Amino acid sequence: MKKLLVLSVFLLAGLMVLSASGKLEIFSWWTAGGEEDALFALYDVFHENYPDVEIINATVAGGAGTNAKAVLKTRMLGGNPPDSFQVHAGAELNDTYVVTGLMEPITPFLKEWGIMDKFPKDVLDICSYEGEVYSVPVNIHRGNVMFYSKEIIEDVGIETIPTTWPEFIDALKKIEDAGYIPLSLGDKNKWTATHLFESVLLGLLGPYQYNGLWDGRVSFENEGVKKALEVFKELMNYVNEDHSALAWQDATRLLYEKQAAFNVMGDWAEGYLKTLGWKPEENFGWMALPSTRGSFMIVSDTFGLPKNAPNRSNAIRWLKVISSVEGQDAFNPIKGSIPARIDANPELYDVYLRWSMEDFKTNALCPSIAHGSAAPEAFATALNDIINRFIATGNVDEAWNSIIEAAEENL
Amino acid sequence: MPIIKGITKKKLLGLIILSPTIVALGIFVYIFIGWTTRVSFSNWNSFTALLKGEYKFVGFSNYLKLFSDPRFQTDLWNTLYFTIFFIGGCLTIGIILALLIDRGLKGSRIFQNIFLFPMAVSFVVTGTVWSWIFAPGNFPKNPQGLNLLLGLFGLESLQWKWYTSTFSIFNFNVALIPVIIAAIWQLSGYTMAMYLAGLRGIPEQLIEAAKVDGATDWQVLWKVKLPMLRPITLSAMIILGHMSLKIFALVYSMTGSGPNNVTDVPAIYMFESTFRSNKYATGSAIAIIMLIMVAVIMIPYLYYALRREVTR
Repeated sequence: MKKLLVLSVFLLAGLMVLSASGKLEIFSWWTAGGEEDALFALYDVFHENYPDVEIINATVAGGAGTNAKAVLKTRMLGGNPPDSFQVHAGAELNDTYVVTGLMEPITPFLKEWGIMDKFPKDVLDICSYEGEVYSVPVNIHRGNVMFYSKEIIEDVGIETIPTTWPEFIDALKKIEDAGYIPLSLGDKNKWTATHLFESVLLGLLGPYQYNGLWDGRVSFENEGVKKALEVFKELMNYVNEDHSALAWQDATRLLYEKQAAFNVMGDWAEGYLKTLGWKPEENFGWMALPSTRGSFMIVSDTFGLPKNAPNRSNAIRWLKVISSVEGQDAFNPIKGSIPARIDANPELYDVYLRWSMEDFKTNALCPSIAHGSAAPEAFATALNDIINRFIATGNVDEAWNSIIEAAEENL
Repeated sequence: MPIIKGITKKKLLGLIILSPTIVALGIFVYIFIGWTTRVSFSNWNSFTALLKGEYKFVGFSNYLKLFSDPRFQTDLWNTLYFTIFFIGGCLTIGIILALLIDRGLKGSRIFQNIFLFPMAVSFVVTGTVWSWIFAPGNFPKNPQGLNLLLGLFGLESLQWKWYTSTFSIFNFNVALIPVIIAAIWQLSGYTMAMYLAGLRGIPEQLIEAAKVDGATDWQVLWKVKLPMLRPITLSAMIILGHMSLKIFALVYSMTGSGPNNVTDVPAIYMFESTFRSNKYATGSAIAIIMLIMVAVIMIPYLYYALRREVTR
């Protein structure tokens, strides 16, 4: 009896040692329906290639990763990094982890795998710092899209979808008169209002000037910023009264419930509408925000390689899998985003995503503020606060000054 | 028999038994408070500055900045009003419930448990559920929660924006009312339990004696029971007070900061500055201000309680 016990203890210990040699911890905030399924599809591809590696799925729930980011920071600071973690391309990674020397450049691996030219140069530039690439983009979401309920649009009698701000405002008036909510917004978590604002800003500045805000070519004292605040203020007259009680899903849902006509949200909202049972083109339509046609606000999830990753070789394998066509085509159709690679198979994607892929190839690419790509998080948080206040006060000059101040302090 | 001058064996043993606690408390509470204080006087307002660890003393500049920050000013007003109404509400409802239960009517035990039950629910659950109850919806056309109920009873005139309202009077943001109601719901049962314990501790003879002297029920309540319950009221105020000054989970899950920060509290601001903006020094300064606020009510209480124990 005693021998058996000793033997089993040894066996157990042996098993633990074996499995420890083949682990991979992936940190993300993908916990909601479609997102989680997409992540698991990626894991499946990984398992097909490396069946012996055990994946530890470390997730922290919360939209836009706000809670996950806090947990990740504590882990990185404490010298306990996961093997690879989800992070938005650009400032969110660079300003926080790359500048501080916590990440390992992955350019040599991308070169070794021969895929440097398989991603658009602009996207890799956003993922780079001082000439080295630090993360692999798995997906591309578009920020400056607007979804609309076809039924309401037909009901109200809007024949052509407006492409400029004055036309759009006219359409909103018509919808309001018909008794619907013209534009749905759910800014309980603040960032959604910033999301709307940045899309307006992009439209009024144009992609060249908008991108200039981040490399110092253009100042926030530019009149376009003020105009964007004015347009944003005007739009606020047409949003649902209870916007500050809703999250983005609730706002998107208002379309499905036949209460609201338009919703500005990144195209993860398209995935959400589909899970509700709506079909693209049949039940809902979409367009780039007025005067942002030709610009593509990218929100990209990427994975990098932290220094001192406990299972570094598995982490590199992970990066290889997610940057492959196979990996990207497994993940993105489920997630409702488009692949960052330009040679993926369009057949796998729905009609909206094919439209987005087409635009992605031809449009000017712009980084998002609300989603951490354009500016350090301190600026994004400050802007969240300013816009939140601005919605209540409607004071354009005060908001403009605060934005200029925040830019001076944080950029 | 003194081992070292002035220390007996008994005292030494006590010290040895207590030492793990003292060490743990010292490190995890007091050293960390000290560290937070140190950070709050530093320039560590970015991830880079923090990681480099080059300490630059900046004096009170983080504090000065906070006090001139409109968001933080709103936070302080919100905390003040929240604390007043929350404590007031809990004490009033708590004592009423306790007096009702104490009369020993049939079934009072069941109600005692029902009233106490919300305390077992976590703040996050309370917050989420009450955020649905008070979600205004787009009334009058598509009301939700309470507004829907009011509409069903034909009370459309009472439908209101609840926690999405930006109206404020004497710096009191009325959007806080739903949050205060939720907090009172959660903790009035606990206050009741405290009062109940107090009521049961009042010697029967006192009440009998008053009655013999011809006191009415009302007079017994005002002249005997309530004065006897004063220590309980004080304890309840301290416990509820330190909760309300540090409140985070309930507000965070129920309303977040709200439009124009109408339901924002210092703890949320602390969390956002530290973990979202990487402004560790600002976050530490908020933490220290919160600590001072709690200390202002806790220390006199501890002093009072300790002195009472000594005189006993």
